[in-house]
Amino acid sequence: MTALWSKLRGQPWIWSFIAMIAVWLATIAFTGGQGAGEILTAALSFATFTIIIGLGQMMVITTGPGNVDLSIPATITLAGVVATKVMDTDNARLLIGIVAALGASFVVGLFNYGLIRLLRIPPIIATLSSSFLILSTAISYGRGIRIKPPPMLADFATTRILGVPLLAIFVLLLSIGMALLLKRTLYGRTVLAIGQNPRAARLAGLNVDLTRFATYLLSALLAGVTGIVLSGFSGGAALNMGEGFLLASIAVVVIGGTSVAGGRANVPGIWGAALFIYLLDTMLNTFGASAGIRLIMTGVIIITVITIAGGDRQQR
Amino acid sequence: MSALTLNRKTLRALLPLASLALVLAATFYAQPRTMSYFGLNLMLQYAVPIALATIAQMFIITVNDLDLSIGPFVGLVGCIGATYLHDTPALGILALLLCIGAYAAMAALIHLRNLPSIVVTLGASFIWLGIAVMILPSPGGKAPDWLKAIMALQVPLIPFPIIAALLIALLVHIGLMTSSYGVIMRGTGGNPRAMARAGWSELRTKMAMYALAGFFGVLSGLSLIGLTTSADAHIADRYTLYAIAGVILGGGEFVGGRVSPFGAVIGALTLTLAGSFLIFMRISPDWQIGAQGAILIIVLALRALISAGEARR
Repeated sequence: MTALWSKLRGQPWIWSFIAMIAVWLATIAFTGGQGAGEILTAALSFATFTIIIGLGQMMVITTGPGNVDLSIPATITLAGVVATKVMDTDNARLLIGIVAALGASFVVGLFNYGLIRLLRIPPIIATLSSSFLILSTAISYGRGIRIKPPPMLADFATTRILGVPLLAIFVLLLSIGMALLLKRTLYGRTVLAIGQNPRAARLAGLNVDLTRFATYLLSALLAGVTGIVLSGFSGGAALNMGEGFLLASIAVVVIGGTSVAGGRANVPGIWGAALFIYLLDTMLNTFGASAGIRLIMTGVIIITVITIAGGDRQQR
Repeated sequence: MSALTLNRKTLRALLPLASLALVLAATFYAQPRTMSYFGLNLMLQYAVPIALATIAQMFIITVNDLDLSIGPFVGLVGCIGATYLHDTPALGILALLLCIGAYAAMAALIHLRNLPSIVVTLGASFIWLGIAVMILPSPGGKAPDWLKAIMALQVPLIPFPIIAALLIALLVHIGLMTSSYGVIMRGTGGNPRAMARAGWSELRTKMAMYALAGFFGVLSGLSLIGLTTSADAHIADRYTLYAIAGVILGGGEFVGGRVSPFGAVIGALTLTLAGSFLIFMRISPDWQIGAQGAILIIVLALRALISAGEARR
């Protein structure tokens, strides 16, 4: 048992799962065991969106200090608006809608990296500035009215198999794919190498620029995917649908045990962290906390978890 | 050091001023009636709180961090100002001092545990907002009369916001750019290890910089409610972004302690004017945020062009 624990303790993702289980237990202790399963099912549904963008943000953050994608919320909104508007509630137009939304996200990724590489703007400022342009584009294109998603998209996003959301299974496969991409492919190894030491990576003959480019593209595309499924899940795209995903995308990566200094990524941790954040919200709701208390507790707990889990592993 | 490199350096330093002049000229062109004491006063009113928030952000950027919570923090200060500071001034002052202390504590946490500032401040932004919502669940409250009086000050010839902004820049410039402690602070952004070896505690410097940021955040919140006369928890959410943009527009570098107080204030003025200009141009509200992003990108592109020339020499 102690051997297992000492082995587990070395895993960067373990803290997010411990936090998640603690919050879940606190919630069902309060309800007297009622709704334990339903809470988990709901958490799985809502957490999937955070997991998808978390995977993209993880890759970006892993490429080294200063790399972060702040345009994710705006890209989610743009993709959601483009998808529902092009699909126009018609199942037959599903594919065109997906292609259009992903195309828009592709352009976002291209634009972001263009700012970073060609204009040498720090990624934080580049993605922040581009997010304003993206959001304005979405607002101007969407013109306010909420368009329903086609039934097929809505079904895909809300179907459950034995209590497990279909979407969660899909995202599990995506996560396994990302883990393999990270550990087993030239691209993934290059991302890690750049994060550890960009100079050494360049001198070793790795294509640093192309890899960073691919990473920002990937992040934008995953945000696009989130936008599409989220609009299916919540009955249409809304202009504020990306809200809240900025903190979530960064928090799940950091709480999940990925190094903010770059060079070390962790896929399982993102699952634990995303579930934790959703369950935390559920717990505070169950306790009947007021809006102010909920906000304060969210902030306090996120900072606490990062302080416990994230601190000493990083190096300069 | 050829004459041309020097020229490029001057060019770089002049870029913020040139952007301000350009936006000002464009505004005068779009709406000639603004070219008056009264017009400028009205347009630049909100430049004072924005400039103060920008200076706060600049202190954080000086030590290579980024504060994503300054907007909600300014909102919280506004809520405290419009409630406690108005009703029981002693309690209000105590609460504001606690706010500044919280910023210093945040610095200690970030430094001691080696945490990323963006995550900690993003988390803190929820805490500020939560407290603000609890103090003032719906928009309201009353700003203290003395605050309103200060913000409504009429100065002959030059509009008050311009004088206030220049005064802020001058004070910070003297403190940060000319004093010996200012050099230590900027040095900590440039090379923390070297400063630590020279015997200066990085922890102390960071806490001092964060406390200063908190102090200017408090001034920003108070000046803001002096203008609006009441408060709301969400009153300054946009300030996070304004403050970052202001520092960058003003020629501040993201890393290495290369900042400029005058630049930051000029950046804040430019942003405020850009807002009015976009309204005068009847640009659809949909594109207001986008246009500000575009302005930021254009200025950064110009700077990259100048720097590229610098590097090639």
